[in-house]
Amino acid sequence: MNFENQGIIKRLADQYGPENLAVVLGNGEANGVEVFAETVTQGDPTYAGPLAGVALKIPVYHVLEQEVTELVPANLRQEKLELSALVIDIEPMHEVLRASREKL
Amino acid sequence: MLKGKKVIAIGERDGVPGPVIAECLEGGGLEVVFQVTECFV
Repeated sequence: MNFENQGIIKRLADQYGPENLAVVLGNGEANGVEVFAETVTQGDPTYAGPLAGVALKIPVYHVLEQEVTELVPANLRQEKLELSALVIDIEPMHEVLRASREKL
Repeated sequence: MLKGKKVIAIGERDGVPGPVIAECLEGGGLEVVFQVTECFV
């Protein structure tokens, strides 16, 4: 995750409290999802960005996980997410993110 | 549980963009406090 977004997330966590936040990703591939999740739960694994050493423990979801899609109205789900759901393999990302959430 | 949380939507250009995530979640009654679309090249 780039440093600018890390800084914004840190500021939002200060403002709202990390326990009141959730991150929802839209990644097209599983590559990188684990690093994303680690950054906002345990801190920046590269120890270079604003979240280095900051364990916010914010739960991370992917927008195509059932936990998220079941909250989206059916018409929006069909119009905005149906096509992505056909081309994005959500299962590997679901496994990574579920494991990450279970550790919180 | 996602319900009741304030959401940070981080989309991807080659996946689901941030504004689409935000629109879907706001349609479901969630509050999106920040949305962005990252680009991995």
